[in-house]
Amino acid sequence: MLILTCPYCGVSAEETELHAGGEAHLTRHATGASDDDLQSYLFYRKNPKGVHFERWRHSNGCGKWFHAARCTMTLEVFGTYSAQTTQPPADLIKKIKQKRPDWEGWT
Amino acid sequence: MSARIQNMGRFLNKNAPVTFTFNGQSLGGYRGDTLASALLANDRMLLGRSFKYHRPRGLVASGAEEPNALVNMGQGAGFEPNQRSTTTELFDGLTATSQNHWPSLNFDVGVVNNYAARFLPAGFYYKTFMFPRVAWKHLFEPVVRHSAGLGKPPKERDADRYEHFYFFTDVLVVGGGIAGLQAALAAASSGAKVLLIEQTAHWGGRAPVDGAEIGGKPAEDWVAETLVTLQGMENVTIRNRTMGAGVYDHGYALGYERITDHAPDTDAPRHRLWRIRAKQIITATGAIERSLSFAGNDIPGVMLASAVRDYLVNWGVAVGQRTVVVTNNDDAYRTAIALKQAGLEVPAIIDARPLVDGNLPNQARALGIEVREGRAIAKVKGGKRVTGVDICLQDGDGGAREEIKCDCVAMSGGWSPVVHLWSHCGGKLNWVEDQAHFAPDPNRPPTGADGQGFVLTAGIASGAMDTPEVLKDAHAAGKSAAKAAGYTPKRAGPPKARPTDEALMAPVWIMPAKATPDLKAKMWLDFQNDVKVSDVQLAAREGYESVEHTKRYTTLGMATDQGKLSNINGLAVLSDALGQPIPQTGTTTFRPPYTPISMGAIAGEARGDIFQPLRRTPMHDWHVEQGAYMEPVGQWRRPYCYPRGGETHAQAVAREVNNTRNNIGLLDASTLGKIIVKGPDAGRFLDMLYTNMMSSLKPGRCRYGLMCNENGFLMDDGVVARIDGDTFLCHTTSGGAEHIHAWMEEWLQTEWWDWKVYVANVTEQFAQVAVVGPNARKLLEKLGGMDVSKEALTFMGWADGTIGGFDARVCRISFSGELSYEIAVPASQGRAFWDALHAAGAEFGAMAYGTEALHIMRAEKGFIMIGDETDGTVIPQDLGLHWAISKKKEDFLGKRAQQRSHMTDPNRWKLVGLETLDGSVLPDGAYALAEGENANGQRNMQGRVTSTYHSPTLERGIALGLVLHGPDRMGEVIEFGLIDGTTVPAKIVDPVFYDKEGEKQNV
Repeated sequence: MLILTCPYCGVSAEETELHAGGEAHLTRHATGASDDDLQSYLFYRKNPKGVHFERWRHSNGCGKWFHAARCTMTLEVFGTYSAQTTQPPADLIKKIKQKRPDWEGWT
Repeated sequence: MSARIQNMGRFLNKNAPVTFTFNGQSLGGYRGDTLASALLANDRMLLGRSFKYHRPRGLVASGAEEPNALVNMGQGAGFEPNQRSTTTELFDGLTATSQNHWPSLNFDVGVVNNYAARFLPAGFYYKTFMFPRVAWKHLFEPVVRHSAGLGKPPKERDADRYEHFYFFTDVLVVGGGIAGLQAALAAASSGAKVLLIEQTAHWGGRAPVDGAEIGGKPAEDWVAETLVTLQGMENVTIRNRTMGAGVYDHGYALGYERITDHAPDTDAPRHRLWRIRAKQIITATGAIERSLSFAGNDIPGVMLASAVRDYLVNWGVAVGQRTVVVTNNDDAYRTAIALKQAGLEVPAIIDARPLVDGNLPNQARALGIEVREGRAIAKVKGGKRVTGVDICLQDGDGGAREEIKCDCVAMSGGWSPVVHLWSHCGGKLNWVEDQAHFAPDPNRPPTGADGQGFVLTAGIASGAMDTPEVLKDAHAAGKSAAKAAGYTPKRAGPPKARPTDEALMAPVWIMPAKATPDLKAKMWLDFQNDVKVSDVQLAAREGYESVEHTKRYTTLGMATDQGKLSNINGLAVLSDALGQPIPQTGTTTFRPPYTPISMGAIAGEARGDIFQPLRRTPMHDWHVEQGAYMEPVGQWRRPYCYPRGGETHAQAVAREVNNTRNNIGLLDASTLGKIIVKGPDAGRFLDMLYTNMMSSLKPGRCRYGLMCNENGFLMDDGVVARIDGDTFLCHTTSGGAEHIHAWMEEWLQTEWWDWKVYVANVTEQFAQVAVVGPNARKLLEKLGGMDVSKEALTFMGWADGTIGGFDARVCRISFSGELSYEIAVPASQGRAFWDALHAAGAEFGAMAYGTEALHIMRAEKGFIMIGDETDGTVIPQDLGLHWAISKKKEDFLGKRAQQRSHMTDPNRWKLVGLETLDGSVLPDGAYALAEGENANGQRNMQGRVTSTYHSPTLERGIALGLVLHGPDRMGEVIEFGLIDGTTVPAKIVDPVFYDKEGEKQNV
């Protein structure tokens, strides 16, 4: 049962207050997309043992979607941030790189 | 024989005798007894039969690790199987019966399995699958089914009450032995909030039994004083009878409190599940003694040495009059010494170590007990009770035996720290060669949100074996936890304790070391699941090298005790068979709960009426008053039909349909989802969500729309009304309002966050009534207030106004094919409006109708229903809804996916109507048969029924279905398979069965 801090309302929320939304920063491939791009968008997801960027919704709280950067192995949470972005904030990436020098980056 | 000893038993209240019943016989005990100790005191050694071979079994242990002595507890609504007698506190009137035997405990037919043991080897279940199918069906399945499963499930509803309890703390200490007490004290003295829980009714753990001395006092006195100190601290909460069941992510832990199991007449919940959030968790969970693997180690009377000592010291019970102790370590000598000092016979201590010269062995010798060094038990003699042991050289094959008569064998194979809670959330273990056990590696703890460890171990759970070490380790753990939780620990040190100077143990995994195969086939590893040394060795020979695979193949450690006794012994035998060191074999995964917890505790208060919220429409009470048969629709309850007099449901439904088609019907449609979508980009947004064009809808008009997910599959449908330039009202299906609202929010927040749109779910703000039938307009005109004429309010139009004095929004839409108005009024006015419609409508034949009539009328018109015609694999094109899919829009959710090759395959099954030739009703979900068989030898199919009803209007069965090339096969007759193997012919027809031209609604 994770605890994540909602960046909108500031509540440290129990996982039962949250709804998991899978991998963050997907690109929506639609009109005119190739079959490969569409397949990647609809079905292919990262499953790293390590740093992962995820979508969460504070569904039993303020109702807002947000993003979390988390280690899937140690459950360390590096930070949570707005869902209204196409990439993780630079300072968060820097923080993760400091903690995990071998990390290959988020893309 | 086993019997009570006068003047012993530190847990007993001899002034409080208790009467209980076992297998129908009334027996006596004392308050403070466990069911196990009381049974032993009554010389009840045989307590059950084993799972596979139905061998006689008695007690092995004295606590949570007991594998054998499981009983049925209670009767009727209080009945519960598989209760562990060692952790069941005795109370007056307790009723228990033994289980897993037939016809009786003493005479069991299933014991023939014992003699057929060589036909039930490791992997027996899996091997039976490889026989011809007929053998499985007629030979193995009946046998396996009869003998599988422990105990019988309760038949009645659980009469007890359970609850959840939330607790937030700085430090959670699990285990109330001396380590747990000291850790709690060290943490609490810093000011940190501490919760200390202990699974039994007693504090202090093993230290008082073992005669430890702390701070110059007997351990028992130190425990009592420390407990008083802790109870006096405001920042400390203490609970006994509360087990640490599991440790989970980010400091979450579950505690399982058994509040009234020992006092069932108390007015309190039976169990309480503690849902704990702790900044730091200390597991002071102690250790469990291991059994030794010698032939006949499962015969009743063979018990763990620590258990024999516990029964003597704690409950004043002598398990036997003549006890042989067999060991590979010094600790078991404590049992021999305690027995001897209590006046019982100890004919010999069999020690596998070649040379024994420690403090404890010498004390034993001084008491006159013979110590047989380098010896082993070759075989235990006896059937339902030990009668003696044959001893031999440990370093031999079991030959050259010598018999010693005895009625109890106390065995000790060394101690394994209880690492379960440490391991639940990822804590790693080290193999400790000296003690031959796995202990927590403090450098690899489970980690929390900050990436730091949040679990510490204390005392024997850390691998600290001697009392001074235990206290030192626990004190350090308490201080570390307080510091990690943000407090400053006091500088004081742990109390002094007397060291015991135990000599090293020697690992003994098989006794004797070179035992012959016939001996190995009688050496039990897992008592509860009947797994022997020979089974694990066979699994290794058959190629099971992974401990996880061997576990599943042999079922080692898979019973309700989860291998608390057997796992280390089992993986040592496996490692030996594989010729690799034990750490390389590793352990199986430790999963919560530590011991089984009741289903009632997991459910807590969430049962019966409060299992989940019940949503009621403003007219709900009216439906109930009318005797409606209610059905669940999501969290709503909706009237299925309103039976009158002696009507059957079918008769009521037919009446409601006929009355609506001929006069007027009233439907409570309040559950229909209503979502306001508002903003300058609202039209653009809805154009993305719906397959058809919504931005072109004129204010005052309604349009039916379809929503698909990004895979192209149909997920919801409903009528959209444009309120004004910026505002739309989207109707969703009854069960769909919440998830469609969430769906809208998700796209607005995560993809199109720069679009200017707000959405609000206003479903519960309005009551909605469908006024349906040829007399609908007459009724509304009688109530008066607004123009609902054909000209003023045309089909698919809406208007705001008043009806009979009620503020109303009237949509002229129809899901039945009749003249129909769906009228929304403020929820607070819903019941009054509903009553007004009935009062004014009486003269026109107004009558409520339920969801089944609604379904039948929509099916008669060929309208699809989400969840009937759709199942998550159906696209709008399958349902002939091309007209509702925009060709002009460049993009909408699901559009690109609907262009995938499988979606455009002309062989997708398409929607048609179906009419049986004999007028009967097709079974729901029936499949249409095609020629030939598929690769699995199953009949090929060419379609299936999605909705099927008896139509009162047409007086025959009608159905909708998806059929291969269906729309091109009108008039063709296809066969539908029935469950009894026969078929029924049905004709493919147009899905619109009634009023194809739509004349009835167009008036």
